Amino acid sequence: MSENVVEVRGLVHRFGDLTAVDDISFDVRRGEIFSFLGPNGAGKSTTINVLTTLLPCQAGTVTVCGHDIRKETSAVKSRIGIVFQDMVLDRDLTVWETLEFHGRIYSMPKTLRAGRIDELLKLVDLEGKRGERVKNLSGGMKRRLEIARGLMTRPEILYLDEPTIGLDPQTRLRIWDYIKNVNREGTTIFLTTHYMDEADQLSDRIHIIDHGRLIASGTPETLKSDLGTDMVYLVTGDDDATEPLVSAIEGVRSVKQTTKGLELILDEEGGKLLPRIIHAIEDGGVDIESVMLKRPSLDDVFVHHTGREVRDEPAHTNIKQQRFRRH
Amino acid sequence: MGHEFLTVYWREMIRFVRFRGQLFASLVQPALWLLLFGVAMTSNFDSMASGTPAPPGVISIDYLTFMTAGVIAMTALFTSLFGGLSLLFDKNWGIMREMLASPMPRHHIQIGVGLGGVTKTFIQVMLIMVFGMLIGVSFFPGYSAIEVLVGVLGILAFVGMFALGFLFLSATISMRMESMESVQAMMTLLTLPLFFSSNALYPVNNFPVWLQAISTVNPLTYLVNGVRYFAIGSDFVSLGTEYAYSTNDILISFGALVAFAVIMFLTAYHTFNKATIA
Ligand SMILES: Nc1ncnc2c1ncn2[C@@H]1O[C@H](COP(=O)(O)OP(=O)(O)OP(=O)(O)O)[C@@H](O)[C@H]1O
Ligand SMILES: [Mg+2]
Repeated sequence: MSENVVEVRGLVHRFGDLTAVDDISFDVRRGEIFSFLGPNGAGKSTTINVLTTLLPCQAGTVTVCGHDIRKETSAVKSRIGIVFQDMVLDRDLTVWETLEFHGRIYSMPKTLRAGRIDELLKLVDLEGKRGERVKNLSGGMKRRLEIARGLMTRPEILYLDEPTIGLDPQTRLRIWDYIKNVNREGTTIFLTTHYMDEADQLSDRIHIIDHGRLIASGTPETLKSDLGTDMVYLVTGDDDATEPLVSAIEGVRSVKQTTKGLELILDEEGGKLLPRIIHAIEDGGVDIESVMLKRPSLDDVFVHHTGREVRDEPAHTNIKQQRFRRH
Repeated sequence: MGHEFLTVYWREMIRFVRFRGQLFASLVQPALWLLLFGVAMTSNFDSMASGTPAPPGVISIDYLTFMTAGVIAMTALFTSLFGGLSLLFDKNWGIMREMLASPMPRHHIQIGVGLGGVTKTFIQVMLIMVFGMLIGVSFFPGYSAIEVLVGVLGILAFVGMFALGFLFLSATISMRMESMESVQAMMTLLTLPLFFSSNALYPVNNFPVWLQAISTVNPLTYLVNGVRYFAIGSDFVSLGTEYAYSTNDILISFGALVAFAVIMFLTAYHTFNKATIA
C-alpha cells in the first residue's frame, strides 16, 4: 500500500476565462485528515469535483491509489466516498432505502450491504430512523446520513465538501465527533471548509487556498508557529509612517499592512516587546488607536498570507442550482 | 452487462407507488379521457359515417373502438414523454450527482428510468383496455383466448417500444435543459403536433400531402397501426374508411418504432456520458 492515497500534480481547472483552480499540487497521506481551507469561491468544490470525476481533469495529473483519474475512471470511482456540499438526497426515500440504493449502484453484494448498513447507522446514531423518510430528518441527521452513505463502500478516501455548512453550532460539534471517529477507524479524509475552527480542530494537515492557488500548507501548529510566538495588530493614525518605525525594533520579524490593521510578527514574547513598540510609535509622533497582542490563530495565518480576512459569511448551503455542462 | 439498472428501476417504482396522488391521477386520467371524449365523439362521428356501408367480408367498427387505440397511444405518449422528468429533479435537487459519481455505467440510469416508464405505461394501457371493454369497446372481436393473448402481447410490444423511444427522448431533454419551465414548454411543443398529425383520432388519407408526410414520420402513427392491428384486426372499416394491414405493414411499423427507440437510446447515451456537474 502506498503512503499517499491521492496525488495531485499541476491541477488546473478553467470555466471559460475564469481559472477556478490554478496549478495546485498536493498529496493526501493514508490515514490523515487533510483539509482545504479557503473563502467562498476559492476553488475548493471545483477541486473536489475534479477529484471525484464529476468534472473532467483539464490539465495536470491526479491519481487515487495509483490509478489515473482519466484512464482508470471506474477504478477511481469505486475507491472513493463523497459527501457533497449541497445536500444530495432523495427526500422521498427512507433512510434504509437511501443506503440500500447506494450499496446496490456500487454493486455491493446483498449480505455485505445489510451488515454495512447496520454498522453505519450505529456509527452515525440513526438506528432509530431506519424507516423514516429523508424529508422528516433534521439537517444534522441528513448530513450524518450522507456521511454514512459515503462510507457504505469502505472507501479509501472520503471527500467531505463543507460538511457542517448551514448547521447550528451544537450539531457542528457532533458532526466533528463523527468525522474524527470515522478517521480513527482508518478512513482517510479530505475535507474542505471555510471555517477556521473546523480546519483547526479536525485537520492533521491544512492547505490554505485562495483564488485557486495554494498559499500555505502545514499542520495547524506549524502554520501558526510560523507566524512567530506572538503577534500584534496595530491601528494607527498613519500606517505608512508607522511601518518603518516598528520594523527597526529588534525582535519584530516582519510588518505588513492588512485589513485588520498593521500586522507585526514577533520573534520574542509580546509582553516584553509591546512597551518598546508603543514608545517607538509615540516618539515618531503617530497616534495609536488600538493595540491587540495575541497568539497567532489560523485566522491570522490567513490574514497574513492574503492581506485580508476570510469573510465568515452567514453559513449558507448553496441554493444556486447545480449546473450541468457538456463539452 | 451488470444489473445496476434494476436498482434505478427499483427506485422509480418506489416513487411511483409512494406518491399516491400522482399514482391515482395517472390511473384515472386515461379512463376519464376514454369516457368523456370517446363517448361524446362517438355519438357524433357514428351518425356522420353511418351512410357508408362496409364492403362484404369486412367488419365495421364503431368510432369508440377506433379511437380507443388513439387513447392508448396518447396515454403512452404523455406518460413516456414526462417519464424522464424525474431526472431534471434529480439533477437540480436530488441524487443525480450520487449516480454520476458512482462506478455504475451511466446508461444504466436511462435504462432504469426507461423500464420504470414502460411499466407505468403498461399498467395504464391494460386499464384502458379493461375499462374500454366495460363501456362497450369491441376490441378483439370474436377472438379465441389464445388470439386475445397474442393480441395483448402484440399491443404491449408496440406500446413498450414506442414508450422506450419517448422515455429516452424525455431523458435527453431533461438532462440537457436547466429549468422545469423550459422542459415543460418543450414537451408541450412536442405533444400536440405529434398527436394531431397522427392517425390516432381520424384517418390521415384525406390530409393534405405535407401533413401526410409529417404523419408518416410520426412514431405515433406506427404505434396506432400496431394497436389497431392487434386489437381490431387486419381489415376493418371505420369512419367510412377501410383499413387493411398486411403483415408487412405491421412489421414495417414495428421496425420504425425500433429504429426510433434505438436512435433515442443513442442520443441519451451520448448525453449522459458527456454530462458533467459544475
Ligand atoms: N459551472 C461553473 N461555471 C462557471 N464558473 C464556475 C462554475 N462553478 C464554479 N465556478 C466558479 O469557480 C470559482 C470556484 O468555485 P468553487 O465552487 O470551487 O469555490 P468554493 O471554494 O467551493 O467556494 P464555496 O465556499 O462558496 O463553496 C468561483 O469563482 C465560481 O464562481
Ligand atoms: Mg464549495
